Amino acid sequence: MANPRRPASGSLAGHRPLSRRRGRGPLGDRVMPKLLLLCALVSVFTTVGIVVSLSTEAFGFFREVSLAEFFGSGRWAPLIKPQAFGIWPLLAGTMLITAIAAAVALPFGLATAIFLSEYAPSPLRRVLKPVLEVLAGIPTVVYGFFALTFVTPHIIRNLPGPFQDANVFNALSAGLVVGIMIIPMVASLSEDAMLAVPRSLRDAAYALGATRLEVATRVVVPAALSGIVASFVLAISRAIGETMIVTLAAGATPSLTANPLESIQTMTAYIVQVSQGETPFGTIEYKTIFAVGMMLFIITLAMNVVGQWIVRRFRETY
Amino acid sequence: MLAGSTHTNLPARKIKAKIYAGVFIFSTLVGIVVLATLLVRILATGLGNLDWSFISSYPSRIPERAGILSALMGTLWVMGFTFLLSVPIGVGTALYLEQYAPKNRLTDIVQTNISNLAGVPSIVYGILGLTIFVRWFALDRSVLAGAMTMTLLILPITIVASREAIRAVPRSLEEASYALGATKWQTIRSVIMPYAMPGMLTGIILSMSRAIGETAPLIMIGALTYVAFVPGSAGLAQAPLDPFTALPIQIFNWSSRPQAGFQDLAATAIIVLLVVLLVMNGMAVLLRDRFQRKAQD
Repeated sequence: MANPRRPASGSLAGHRPLSRRRGRGPLGDRVMPKLLLLCALVSVFTTVGIVVSLSTEAFGFFREVSLAEFFGSGRWAPLIKPQAFGIWPLLAGTMLITAIAAAVALPFGLATAIFLSEYAPSPLRRVLKPVLEVLAGIPTVVYGFFALTFVTPHIIRNLPGPFQDANVFNALSAGLVVGIMIIPMVASLSEDAMLAVPRSLRDAAYALGATRLEVATRVVVPAALSGIVASFVLAISRAIGETMIVTLAAGATPSLTANPLESIQTMTAYIVQVSQGETPFGTIEYKTIFAVGMMLFIITLAMNVVGQWIVRRFRETY
Repeated sequence: MLAGSTHTNLPARKIKAKIYAGVFIFSTLVGIVVLATLLVRILATGLGNLDWSFISSYPSRIPERAGILSALMGTLWVMGFTFLLSVPIGVGTALYLEQYAPKNRLTDIVQTNISNLAGVPSIVYGILGLTIFVRWFALDRSVLAGAMTMTLLILPITIVASREAIRAVPRSLEEASYALGATKWQTIRSVIMPYAMPGMLTGIILSMSRAIGETAPLIMIGALTYVAFVPGSAGLAQAPLDPFTALPIQIFNWSSRPQAGFQDLAATAIIVLLVVLLVMNGMAVLLRDRFQRKAQD
């Protein structure tokens, strides 16, 4: 608590009244609030920077390619002649990956949350929570490596029937691994929501003779529903924006297919593909990444806004 | 609440409850089993190549001679600058929001904005870095451009962590400082900051462990895939503007090659990356422990 600027003195006689000291107070109190506000504004500038950097080039793109073609055409081939600029194959690829990931992450994530919040004794919780954090902290490029070199050759191709002929790059492997990656997100956000449900509601249900399962699924889950739905929305948004797993394991073939054993391409993987190549700046091929990036940004932003809105609008307060 | 036929048949309900308990345990194990498989698989593939020459060699076309020196050093340089940039901006924003921000529209905008930024995909930050830092600021494909992009990427997490550390400062200490006649900034500098700093550093190190594995933004800003020198080799002052590669980029590059030799190297590089992550998390935990002990004094 030592304060070097104001040496302790026995009497206050030498001091002017605080409020009138040079009329303004010490230097730090005049400069720092403004400096700190500037720091806080960095995040606002970041948003502005994202919007500006995406839209300037994206506008250039849409001057050459009509919105009708972008949303109307079913073929995406900016890098080969004849060129085509229909976003649907990339959107379909992203949706296929997201659907597979959601099919894994939502049930397993929710069940994990129920187990952690309603079943697990607290020593077990103290072990399981950090393990889930590790799962969430594994870099996505590592998951991509795992999908490509393990899940596809050693799991999917060992399944019977059509799985044996799965492409080296396929949506199934990437989607499954993206799903595993977002399990911790669903689990921890849902668990937070369940822990906020008051004990008295559970006790009341037990007193009426409910089993533990009935308490979990008919009291706790409905009471925590807004938080659970929000965790779903945020996790799906994360899956849509996931890049390295799909770039490594799902392929680079934009196609309008629902077959998860084929090579596809997502919006994110396309952006990586172009930025890795030798595409010169300023060409229409190069501008595609900004148009696709804009799509990606708008979709994920919308989902995040919806997720936060659900939390605020439907939160049960006890 | 328990309407329907369920309340009549107690034994059946109890059996159902038992079955579902098993389902929940099984579901929880899925994530853990996958994690274990992943780690075992990577150790089994990669451990064979891990030796000192792997760490001290540059990448090579021949798998046996290839190493990660430039990638590891690139990662350390980028993360070093990310740390230097994240501390003032993250801590500054947190201090502003916790201590100064009036309840007005601007504050609302800043807060909503931060939570929205947290959900923006990392590749979009890459596009931002490419346009603004690489092209407009003319920083080219440099360490500094990479660090600035990473700083913005982890900003939402650093801010949240720093705010939590500031909120953990006991109100009584703050009030004691005001009672002694200290001004707001004097209180922040001499009371709040020393108390909250370890907590803030812990949060920033943890958020950097998020950034260290990020690959997509670095690909976007054009981090190179083949670099046979380390940043700073042409003079340390030059290092921030040197081109670079990074560990995740090297892993991505090796993973995407068809030859098994390079895929094994990718696993070895992953081991190094995970060790770096482990060290950073260890540092964070140590700091947190020291912080807690100090708080008890």
